Amino acid sequence: MTWTFLWSVLSGCIMYGVPLLYATLGEVIGQRAGMVNLGLEGILLVGASIGFVVTAKTGNAALGVIVAMAAGGLFNLLYAFLAVTRRANQLASGLALMFFGIGLSALIGKAYIGTRIVGLARYQIPGIAQLPWASKTLFNYDVLVYLAFPMAILVWWVLFRTRWGLSLRAVGESPTAAFAAGRRVSLLRYQAQFLNGALSGLAGAHLSLALAMSWTEGMTGGRGFIAVALVIFSRWHPLRAIAGALLFGGAVTLQLQLQAQGTDVSPFLLNMIPYVLTLGVLVVWGGVRRFAAPGALGRVYYGED
Amino acid sequence: MRSRLKVLSDQVRRGLASAALRYVLILLIALAAYGAVLLMAGKDPVKAYGDIVKFTLGTSYGLSEVIVRMIPLLLTAVAVALPSRLGLINVGGEGQLYMGAWLATWGAITFTALPAIAFVPLLIFLGFVGGGSWAAVAGLLRAKGWVNETISTLLMNYVAPLIVGYFVYGAWRSAESSAFPQSPAFPPAARLPRLFGTRIHLGLVLAVLVLAIYWFVMQRTAWGLRMRAIGGNPEAARRLGIRLGWYIVIVLFIAGGIAGLAGMAEVSALHGRLRSGFSPGYGFVGFMISWLAGGSPLGMLLMSFLLAVIFAGGSLLQVTQGVPFAAVNVLMAIILFIVLAQIRFARRRRA
Repeated sequence: MTWTFLWSVLSGCIMYGVPLLYATLGEVIGQRAGMVNLGLEGILLVGASIGFVVTAKTGNAALGVIVAMAAGGLFNLLYAFLAVTRRANQLASGLALMFFGIGLSALIGKAYIGTRIVGLARYQIPGIAQLPWASKTLFNYDVLVYLAFPMAILVWWVLFRTRWGLSLRAVGESPTAAFAAGRRVSLLRYQAQFLNGALSGLAGAHLSLALAMSWTEGMTGGRGFIAVALVIFSRWHPLRAIAGALLFGGAVTLQLQLQAQGTDVSPFLLNMIPYVLTLGVLVVWGGVRRFAAPGALGRVYYGED
Repeated sequence: MRSRLKVLSDQVRRGLASAALRYVLILLIALAAYGAVLLMAGKDPVKAYGDIVKFTLGTSYGLSEVIVRMIPLLLTAVAVALPSRLGLINVGGEGQLYMGAWLATWGAITFTALPAIAFVPLLIFLGFVGGGSWAAVAGLLRAKGWVNETISTLLMNYVAPLIVGYFVYGAWRSAESSAFPQSPAFPPAARLPRLFGTRIHLGLVLAVLVLAIYWFVMQRTAWGLRMRAIGGNPEAARRLGIRLGWYIVIVLFIAGGIAGLAGMAEVSALHGRLRSGFSPGYGFVGFMISWLAGGSPLGMLLMSFLLAVIFAGGSLLQVTQGVPFAAVNVLMAIILFIVLAQIRFARRRRA
């Protein structure tokens, strides 16, 4: 166990955890407004493909991220339209969005399979390389990594310290009561889903622009569903979502480290780790989670016409 | 009496006609929307649709290929519809399909000496148990109140193909083909028989049988009635003296078993070997079919035919026009959007 090894594990936790953290934060906002969105997988794919195509065409990764965010937000309005305005079942609406995202991203990214790009620029924290126990590669991340934890704090602040956040949570607990208190239920839910889509689009762009630096069909590999699971794990709290995302990042890192060290364990078994671990964590958490869920989660709201 | 019956049958006919009109309109809108998407992707939608219709419905070979694809879709759709009657959302058809194929493959390459008369029932049994056990895990987690079955079945979809990959690239890797990892070939007795001299296989009989049993149990037995009564109402279950936990596990076991049959039939009848990634997402589409049909048996039959046409068309367009196969998801999503949005095509008549 050298410092280098420990640091590379920590670094892996952060790199692989960050995109998941953004998606989880988005879904926390959405679920706090009372809506389960299984379409995250589709939004991640759309964000990843659009972000990649824009970056490959313009050479500007920052522009790619911004376009991916906007696209994710707008794309998710489709889900909001079905689940809020048309009062459709949330799970089916989410899966419809997933189908759409899988297909759309395949069309968008088709011409760019195999294209290489210069990903997001990386910056090292000044002075860190001088520390004796730190390796040169440490804390050398792109801007989105540095912004991830502040983003979690921002989401927490918005949800728990602002009027808008209070209204949003009220809508998630009881839309009828929130409506009676003068809140605009549909508008708030649309806003929440736009933010959810934007954050998930950002997460997708981070996958293709900072981690993989390439586009492949279905490259998100179920991360959208893992993000939904992590929302339950974090008990609908943005700061606990950090722990969940790091845990997932750790699982991916463990998998990659074992592969790199040439263990005898089959890569197929190692690839299971993130999914099995997520499921296992939910099982362990199961007994205590119930009372933390927003009261109206998953229910269709029929009022306000 | 007679005239009253006539009025009734007229009403039924008018209802059916308006339902048919509705579905045709949904399909036309979806095709127009998808045509716009194809146009934006630089393809020729008119030629694309022409090719699909000519291939799938115009030739007997094409039609038989559509029916081949319909088999797993229909089975995975029933695997979703059955637990949905109990308020359970099984999104794990894809994983259950893989596990059914996995266990059936184990049987096929282990008991190689069996005669066909014993092999086919064994494969059906193993396929059922493979998919069923996989779903029962999710059922157990739900019954214990630990993990919601939606999220657990979704996550397990990603694990099952990895198990198949582990065996296909590992212990079961056939020595004869090193380039393409796959299991050894099934013995001839372990191949489900094909019908009508086409690639259509015994799985079709299984699928139709399963659908008929599903209809019969739901409509005509106390079990089905009780299930519909409990659906999403734990209080009703408690009053009826039903142990809901066991009910959940058993229903999900049966549902997973049905999806497992689809996987078993795919590998046994079509491929004759287990390969990794052999399903192009049948399980997910099965979920969609069940949703579009609202769990109605006739609706599932029609919808799985329609989606099989779309699937067959997707493979065709990939070859003829270079449209990625995954793009069929866009068309499926558009159909689902229209149905979910409950767009009205005619003003409701006031009673």
